[in-house]
Amino acid sequence: MNETIGLFFIFVGLVFDFFGCLGLVRLPDVYNRLQAATKCVTLGTCGILFGLFLFKGFTAAGIKAILCILFIVLTAPVSAHALARGAHKSGVKLWEESVCDKYAQDSEHVR
Amino acid sequence: MMGSMLEWQSPLLSNAFTALFFCGLFCLWRIMKGPTSADRAVAIDILGILVVGFCAILGIPTGRDWYIDIGIAWALQSFIATLALAKYLEGRNLDE
Repeated sequence: MNETIGLFFIFVGLVFDFFGCLGLVRLPDVYNRLQAATKCVTLGTCGILFGLFLFKGFTAAGIKAILCILFIVLTAPVSAHALARGAHKSGVKLWEESVCDKYAQDSEHVR
Repeated sequence: MMGSMLEWQSPLLSNAFTALFFCGLFCLWRIMKGPTSADRAVAIDILGILVVGFCAILGIPTGRDWYIDIGIAWALQSFIATLALAKYLEGRNLDE
């Protein structure tokens, strides 16, 4: 029973991974790609790791999978935010149909 | 040969590697094609998270628990590498 639920979680994680990487290819802009890919791939990998936890139960490998979920959930937004900030400061332009650029307005206001 | 070494509990697990292979191929295409260096840094970050999932799935049919250790270490080094790339994109030195 646990293995069936684990397979379901792994399947959902694979679907999220696939669509995140599809967004990485299809979207028009660095920021759009970052937004689509980071969120989808983080959730997908967490789903795969939770499926592994359901397979292994409360053994050493299962607890390590939970630790890995915690680590990825904590670090993936930090790295994505650092990348977005670095890309904006290095002068990557937004897509021409983007509506607003709050980060540029805010840094203008500070100066 | 590989089929006798690995215990596939389900056809989903044996096809999971194909799905993750195509995900990695998309990332590599973006690294190759990406117009700016920020695109390439994003794709490297995503590829690092994908490899963690790959290690996690590889631990199930082989029955070896240390694949998840490789996944944890890979997540750590991928995080640090992405922070270094982000600082490099900003045009700052690494020790600032």
